Amino acid sequence: MDQYITTPLTKEKIKNLKAGDYVHITGTIYTARDAAHKRMDEALERGEQLPIEIKDAIIYYMGPSPARKGRPIGSAGPTTASRMDKYTPRLLDLGMSGMIGKGKRSQAVKDAIIRNQAVYFAAVGGAGALLSKRIIRSEVIAYDDLGTEAIRKLEVEDFPVIVVIDAQGNNLYETAILNYRED
Amino acid sequence: MRTVLCTEIIKNVREMCIEANHFLSSDMREVFETAKEKERSPLGTQILAQLEENLQIAADDKIPICQDTGMAVLFVKLGQDVHVDGGSLTDALNEGVRQGYKEGFLRKSVVGDPILRVNTKDNTPAVIHYDIVDGDQIEITIAPKGFGSENMSRVFMLKPADGIEGVKEAVLTAVRDAGPNACPPMVVGVGIGGTFEKCAYLSKKALTRNLNEKPQISWVKELEEELLEKINKLGIGPGGLGGSQTAFAVNVETYPTHIAGLPVAVNICCHVNRHVTRVL
Repeated sequence: MDQYITTPLTKEKIKNLKAGDYVHITGTIYTARDAAHKRMDEALERGEQLPIEIKDAIIYYMGPSPARKGRPIGSAGPTTASRMDKYTPRLLDLGMSGMIGKGKRSQAVKDAIIRNQAVYFAAVGGAGALLSKRIIRSEVIAYDDLGTEAIRKLEVEDFPVIVVIDAQGNNLYETAILNYRED
Repeated sequence: MRTVLCTEIIKNVREMCIEANHFLSSDMREVFETAKEKERSPLGTQILAQLEENLQIAADDKIPICQDTGMAVLFVKLGQDVHVDGGSLTDALNEGVRQGYKEGFLRKSVVGDPILRVNTKDNTPAVIHYDIVDGDQIEITIAPKGFGSENMSRVFMLKPADGIEGVKEAVLTAVRDAGPNACPPMVVGVGIGGTFEKCAYLSKKALTRNLNEKPQISWVKELEEELLEKINKLGIGPGGLGGSQTAFAVNVETYPTHIAGLPVAVNICCHVNRHVTRVL
């Protein structure tokens, strides 16, 4: 089913999202991948604030290619989410409500998704040129020295994603395969 | 002796890096169309259509096909009657990569040390495989490799008694474990034989083979066909979201090996299987 949502991604909006839904996101999302997650985790360890407002936020696991003149961003598709698994439950417990990436998640992340009524979306891996067209604005807001791995605030319009793990713990990666497997 | 100038090498490598990241070869483009016709899942068909649109946008708007513009892997066939003039060949190849990634607005994804992890900011060094051959030409193939699929690649040191069934099981295990992480539909490169490192090299080289080119050895050709069929029955599908098109192709390369071993490497590539070859 096609759904249209605007950020922030509140618990109320998450209730209506089911694994397999095709969702168009409009609003603000943040990028962070390996190095930024490590830094955020270290900041929390030291008792410091995160550089973004994490409550009801969506983090997009993405490190773009450089923007050409006149474009807000370069190629901008998802990276493999499992590399962030180590840091994810803590962010979910702090109120992060959505993640956009690709690929499988750990049991600890799945448990944290259910515990916090959050959602994991997949964007189509390798469709970086197409996805970059749905990003209207991009601004580095933290860890500038990390280059492509810096945290960016993105304004997106009709950004296409698919619900993979919903708040009830339904997992499209596990169920969809069964419909097409021929053993 | 024929002389090839370093400046010529740099210029060509620069152009090839940019070309590889914006345009797929015609054999790769064709398989998207075939897969779209065969795919049974409606969502899978929709994803394949998006991937085709993505290729068109990349070409028209000069946006890299994928943001992971890869670590540059180079296969260089150096004719032994070539004299490289104006500097070191390795430096020239790396300089071409450096210029290509800068001028082409490609992502710099290389860290200078695997543990200290500081970005080199110019995507060098490249991984360069040299092969000394007869003749007075240099053939350079550039294959930028993304790590979503690279991370799902495997080497299996099988026993001779495991035989061809063991090889099949190894490939299916690697693909099954890769699932959605490797951005399917994938191209699966398989190296069989040689030593630990030789089979890994072969599996990467296999990814650069034109998909319409079939192996000469009949059991290898049959193995490729059987593996493709079995992989597409796993149900993983485009994006890993279910479907009948999990792989576009399986390319197998072989080499003689030791009486005591059967090394098998599986190098998985996503649907953005990039490679450009030029002869200088």
